Amino acid sequence: MKKKLTTVDFRGTKEQEEKLLAVIKKYAGVKGAMMPILQEAQDIYGYLPYEVQKKISDETGVPVEEIYGIASFYAQFKLNPNGEVAVAVCLGTACYVKGSGDIIEECSRVLNVPIGSTSSDGKYSLEATRCIGACGLAPVLTINGEVYGRLTKDDIAGILAKYM
Amino acid sequence: MDTVNVKINGIDYAVAKGSTVLEAAKAAKVDIPTLCYLKDINEIGACRLCLVEVSEGGKPFRMVTACVYPVTEGMVIKTNTPKITASRKMNLELLLSNHDRKCLSCVRSTNCELQKLCRDYGVDDSRFDGVVNHYEIDDSAPIIRDNNKCILCRRCVATCAHIQQIGVIGANDRGFDTHIACAFETKLGDNPCINCGQCIVACPVGALYERDDTDKVFDAIADPSKHVLICAAPSVRAQIGECFGYEPGTDTEGKMVAAMKALGFDGVYDMNLTADLTIVEEANELLGRIKNGGALPMITSCSPGWIKYCEHYFPEMTENLSTCKSPQQMFGAVVKTYYAQKMGWDPKDIFMVSAIPCTAKKFETGRPDQSAAGVPDVDVAITTRELARMIQKAGINFRALDDAKFDDPFAIGSGAGAIFGATGGVMEAALRYAAEVIEGKKLEALDFNEVRGVEGVKLASYKVGDMTINVAVASGTGNAKKLLNMVKAGEVDVQFIEVMGCPGGCVNGGGQPIQPASVRMDMDLRAVRAKVLYDDDAASDLRKSQDNLAVQTLYNEFFGEPNSHKAHEILHTSYIKRGL
Repeated sequence: MKKKLTTVDFRGTKEQEEKLLAVIKKYAGVKGAMMPILQEAQDIYGYLPYEVQKKISDETGVPVEEIYGIASFYAQFKLNPNGEVAVAVCLGTACYVKGSGDIIEECSRVLNVPIGSTSSDGKYSLEATRCIGACGLAPVLTINGEVYGRLTKDDIAGILAKYM
Repeated sequence: MDTVNVKINGIDYAVAKGSTVLEAAKAAKVDIPTLCYLKDINEIGACRLCLVEVSEGGKPFRMVTACVYPVTEGMVIKTNTPKITASRKMNLELLLSNHDRKCLSCVRSTNCELQKLCRDYGVDDSRFDGVVNHYEIDDSAPIIRDNNKCILCRRCVATCAHIQQIGVIGANDRGFDTHIACAFETKLGDNPCINCGQCIVACPVGALYERDDTDKVFDAIADPSKHVLICAAPSVRAQIGECFGYEPGTDTEGKMVAAMKALGFDGVYDMNLTADLTIVEEANELLGRIKNGGALPMITSCSPGWIKYCEHYFPEMTENLSTCKSPQQMFGAVVKTYYAQKMGWDPKDIFMVSAIPCTAKKFETGRPDQSAAGVPDVDVAITTRELARMIQKAGINFRALDDAKFDDPFAIGSGAGAIFGATGGVMEAALRYAAEVIEGKKLEALDFNEVRGVEGVKLASYKVGDMTINVAVASGTGNAKKLLNMVKAGEVDVQFIEVMGCPGGCVNGGGQPIQPASVRMDMDLRAVRAKVLYDDDAASDLRKSQDNLAVQTLYNEFFGEPNSHKAHEILHTSYIKRGL
């Protein structure tokens, strides 16, 4: 799926930037280092917004488009931060055949957040995940790590209401 | 040359060791179809149109991509089996399944590599019709991207990233969502793109093209209140013939001028004249900087792609740029000041068109500080391709035209002005001027061979009077980057640098006729096209800018002397430190 660009304002701190610069320095001159740099940058910021990719570009001389090409290619790289309420719906095979496609659509409708993005106030995020290993409970979703299983579309509004 | 023996379609050949199957097939006079392949630029075996069957060491035949697969001793190659045909056909159908097939009025119709292959293989429809991606057309820059036509060959991406070393476009997202765009889906016009258009001439299909300004020109011609004038850059005459079936390297100046007149322009002029004017201004600027301790090395400023590159990527060096406007802008400035005054015209009533080999010139016309008479120096810049389209649309039979001559008073251009279109040409023209001015006597040896040729970076040293001038020439911004980094690191000590944004200079500009990969595989267009200009120069009895009587008239009647206050007001400009 095409990755969604974030509408959440960047709230990076000085400490995070120092950590990022240290990471880039660590990989200076190393060929093929963009993947580990991006992985560690995501560990620092939780996602890879423009400000972070631009910083990496400025420091490494790699065009920002080349970095964005990598960040938008791999599913593991996030362009949106987790919301205060982070909803993740499993779209693994078992959940999917049990109707998690409808579940995630319903979450998107209730939260008013497109799939794969975060509301611009940073409150809610909605992402589709690969199999989370809870196939026995399919279809499942997690909210801030808490698991909800054997869902139907009608359960969603009630569950989300607890967090709104 | 080390060779290996191969059998291609049943016939034995000895081919160069290390060559690819695609190159080896050339020896057998077989063109293997390609789409993503572009010699020296993009060799990635991605489109799988070049599939052939090979057998090595007596093993069974298998399919490989000819563009990247190296030949080995005893290899047996089949390029046209039913299995190969079926496979190529299927790959074409898969490409078509997500391709906007509005071919009728496509800017690349009849010059589209995909269309040609579909014709060769009899592919119209796709068995795989299903979901089709729809993309918004990005028309934020003079280079327009229509991803609905894109086949994801990456030729534009490779050109931008590796040849020009800019890298503002690339593949975003993955799988069926993969598309070529800028970082974070921003528009091209909001990125540090230099509008060089090398992506356009790399594109095999109609996914990239220049903003079409021909209607503005037709409208102006139809407006009786306007004086509609056109001037032609040096390399347009050397290449426009390619759009009308002439071989690359055919000079069609006379027919081009005749076609412009037939289109209805009120004046058809030679930009070689303001190339000469540029030389006089620029060489004097250089001598002034050397004498007065100005910023050195001084770098030429005729190439608007290069200018924008410098502003974005080397903002600390914009002081080194010559303040001279490009020949295009000088032409418009001269016409709307000097000529308007002479003719008693209001500059607002002049519609100045330039025919140029360049897409960056479309951006240049809108730059600040390019309006000597209070209105833009140049109203519309059209590429060689757009001019050809205008001629076709107007029903003018280009090949049948009798040669015509440029109109006075801007009809004279020197050989030095002509070679502006090739890398090293501006340098050579400037040297012809500087040498004569400094030595104070007539220059006999006019060929500065060290700065000619298609190498990316050229260095030379000339003794002029009691001064030694070290010069450097780079073409293509990738090479310019290399050279400027050498200058910054103190590895080379030069006083004068010529940079052209496109590899090989304007003859290979982004607005030039598009030749398919199959032609570019055999022919170095940069050299073949440049030869037209050097032949023009060699055959001319006017080979130095300073000998151009029209230029002398401009100084006598209007500017006074080179670099005068008036010349500065009208013929010079300023730059912006853009950064990234």
